Amino acid sequence: MNTYLNTGIELAYLTAAALFILGLKKLGSPATARNGNFLAAVGMLIAIIATLLNQSVLDYEWILVGIIAGSLIGAIAAQKVAMTDMPQMVGIFNGVGGAASSLVAVGEFWRLLDANGTVPLDATFIAILGVLIGGVTLTGSLLAFAKLQGLITGSPVTFPFQQPFNFLLLASFLAGSVYLLIQPANPAIFLTLTTISLLFGALFVLPIGGGDMPVVVSLLNSFSGLAASAVGFILYNNMLIVAGALVGASGLILTQIMCKAMNRPLTNVLFGAFGGDSVAVGGAGGAEIDKTYRSIDSEEGAMMLGYARSVVIVPGYGMAVAQAQHGVRELAAQLEKMGVDVKYAIHPVAGRMPGHMNVLLAEANVAYDRLYDMDDINTEFERVDVALVIGANDVVNPAARNDNSSPIYGMPIIDVDKAQHAIVIKRSMRTGFAGVDNELFYKDKTTMLFGSAQDVVSKLVGEVKQL
Amino acid sequence: MTEGLLTGLVVFVLASFVGFEVINKVPPTLHTPLMSGANAISGIAVVGALLIAGAQEWNVTTILGLIAVVLATVNVVGGFLVTDRMLQMFKKKETTT
Repeated sequence: MNTYLNTGIELAYLTAAALFILGLKKLGSPATARNGNFLAAVGMLIAIIATLLNQSVLDYEWILVGIIAGSLIGAIAAQKVAMTDMPQMVGIFNGVGGAASSLVAVGEFWRLLDANGTVPLDATFIAILGVLIGGVTLTGSLLAFAKLQGLITGSPVTFPFQQPFNFLLLASFLAGSVYLLIQPANPAIFLTLTTISLLFGALFVLPIGGGDMPVVVSLLNSFSGLAASAVGFILYNNMLIVAGALVGASGLILTQIMCKAMNRPLTNVLFGAFGGDSVAVGGAGGAEIDKTYRSIDSEEGAMMLGYARSVVIVPGYGMAVAQAQHGVRELAAQLEKMGVDVKYAIHPVAGRMPGHMNVLLAEANVAYDRLYDMDDINTEFERVDVALVIGANDVVNPAARNDNSSPIYGMPIIDVDKAQHAIVIKRSMRTGFAGVDNELFYKDKTTMLFGSAQDVVSKLVGEVKQL
Repeated sequence: MTEGLLTGLVVFVLASFVGFEVINKVPPTLHTPLMSGANAISGIAVVGALLIAGAQEWNVTTILGLIAVVLATVNVVGGFLVTDRMLQMFKKKETTT
């Protein structure tokens, strides 16, 4: 009877793993994505039910309480969160996943230690790995959350002797690990390693600026998968290893795409302390530009937009902050009514997570075939009458193309400067995340429209209606 | 013991390759849903949590396991629901345009 049950559980796990793969595959295409997510959820349900049938699970009461509590919190959070806050939400979910994995690693280490007085070498090794990855995911995600939520500054935080301190910490972690592998019956060392892992996560995200968050969020996503894989190693459960590896791979792919979109290697993103206060950069190359700009009011802006043949909207983080996506869609609808061809140009790293702009515009009911990737739209800009930049800065800075002293030099950008006219909606002349002045703003054919994206866009809608 | 570790490693490497193959070339529109969907799957750690939380007697391990159950379930349920909410928005437009 027992062997039958165990075989059944293993088969259920296999089904779950297959459903995860199928689900992820379907998540890759807009037509099947929802179905894919559903399949993955079914896989998860099967895995959980199969686990509850396991002979070593004896006490159901508290487990059910835990599941119900977790489900309630998760469901409420998923319903309540605003689409603009999605980067934080994904961040915090990564974090709780990492926390769960590291708790399992600690718990299993403790159980082995309690039962046998010692822990086998391989189990210790895996437990250390699990605690490390899970711990980094937890505190890294929490810190990313704090940065995204504005609880702490979004610019890179550095302190004196940061690198030596990190190396010291790393060295002590390695030394502690070696010691524990030789002398596993030492919970104090194990707890110290856990603490250091938690510190690592915080120290890893602290020096990374807000604009690089798409990379961080995807990387932490990958880590949360690897942490789950580590749990699989600890419990000799292949299904867990598979599921974790899949997530690890998907997170890594996204990380790669994000880095490529900024044309910066991952190491530079993680250790470069890029952006924010790094002043005095880009000054040399930009010095010769004529520093006068032209600003217009919304009435004039509405006229330019309304009488254009084609308009391309370039949204950025500023649109997300101002929650202007609904207004933007209304503006586009008004313009389309007047016969204007409206498209959206989306830079891969616009916003604070991969696909951030796409989600916001989808929420505002913009058809996704109106959204164009950077590479597809860039060839068209010479035929575009007006490019409307809403809260984007570094991703439209021509310096990335032609100023090799600029820190963002080499980053692929949206060629807004090649359009006939550009209107930039911005709160002030302040620099973007990279701390670099944007020569686009000083071009003859660029006009600035100052104000919060939300206000300006709704004023534009009103003015366009009156045309 | 090491044999189990090796089998695990084989499974891990092969599954990683499957992941890379399956997920490659996802359109940017789906980057966020893919990430949050994958994130929900990483909540699979709930299985590990259930296994260590299920012991009859109370000790450090079961308590840690229970906390892990709650956290992982938040991850799983929240992750799948929020992904569905996003994808629902993408769906809507397909019909209106």
